[in-house]
Amino acid sequence: MKKLPSTLFNMVMSLGVITVVAAALLAWANAVTSGPVAEAERQKQIDAIKAVLPTFTNDPLASKWEFVPAGGSEPFSVFPAYDGDSFCGAAVEGYSLNGFSGRVSVMYGFDSDGNVTGYEVLQHAETPGLGAKMQEWFRMDAGHRSVLGRNPGTDAMYVAKDGGAIDGITAATISSRAFLETLRSCYSAFEAYKSDCLKNDADE
Amino acid sequence: MNKLRIIYNGLVTENPTFVLLLGMCPTLGTTGSAMTGMSMGLATMGVLICSNAAISAIKSVVPDRVRIPAYIVVIATFVTLLQMFMQAYLPSLNESLGIFIPLIVVNCILLGRAEAYASKHSIVDSLLDGVGIGLGFTVALTLLGTIRELLGGGTIFSLRVFPETYGSLVFVLAPGAFIALGFLIAFINYIRKRSC
Repeated sequence: MKKLPSTLFNMVMSLGVITVVAAALLAWANAVTSGPVAEAERQKQIDAIKAVLPTFTNDPLASKWEFVPAGGSEPFSVFPAYDGDSFCGAAVEGYSLNGFSGRVSVMYGFDSDGNVTGYEVLQHAETPGLGAKMQEWFRMDAGHRSVLGRNPGTDAMYVAKDGGAIDGITAATISSRAFLETLRSCYSAFEAYKSDCLKNDADE
Repeated sequence: MNKLRIIYNGLVTENPTFVLLLGMCPTLGTTGSAMTGMSMGLATMGVLICSNAAISAIKSVVPDRVRIPAYIVVIATFVTLLQMFMQAYLPSLNESLGIFIPLIVVNCILLGRAEAYASKHSIVDSLLDGVGIGLGFTVALTLLGTIRELLGGGTIFSLRVFPETYGSLVFVLAPGAFIALGFLIAFINYIRKRSC
């Protein structure tokens, strides 16, 4: 078949038809996948909350509370956990923009006293083999690496190089700082949640 | 026979990575491990097969002077489709490939094959060319990923071959990609020279 000549009409028509077909295809795909995408996101958050918090009986996603840190643009999410009626801690999803390659998002679990019960690195672009080790490093039971069981209210959550109590990842101090910065700001979000939303049952 | 020739051509004679030296950005960026390298290769192959077939099908109704924007729209559509479905059904894989999935749009292999092959050949031939070139790309990325993962961390597809302490970190980082790719291309050219 002979090719269409490049007249203005032909060009407008063919590009127009191609873009309309493409747009229709994408609209269809968007409609098909938006449900599963949201479900996958939700599942990921639930998995992360389950990984960082001990037992809870409520649905933390339903009672999500947002906290905008000083100087931050996007809010931190606090997912409070209750065992029956008693507050047993919260998972806090926060971020730092000071990673070696930008944003680092981490979900931390705190028990009701503010001790760290666990963490999950949700998103990062740190160097593989260096900063990317943060997912394992800060729970290793070696030296002063682990942040688990520590309380950011009483312990200095800085790398040892900055006078803190935590051994940062070897050769990835910037990533370690970002990780601990996230921990500190998540803890302040947790504290803010406690003083804001739990002051009614202060007698506990 | 002739059809097999097209696939062989993409896989060996005109291997996009080792011979044409196209698509170097994902080649260097996603081969930190064998698994990500292979997934990237397969994702690119999927898009390439679809875009080659579609472009070959519409080649006679696209006027010459707007063919590049038309091809880019076709390629971008398939890439976005792929990304949406990966987000929905393979979220962890989508995360590990990250930005490189949307960047398939500007991968020169796709536009290169559209322009050099699909716009001149029948749908079936273009489809086979997509399979061949895609396989060539996948094999190259998997090979490079395997070498980097082995030398860098002592594993292949996350199976441990030797302890991590003997690995050399540089191979997991960007410079290692250049070093490994350079040696691999030299080695393949040496073999090609000898065999003909």
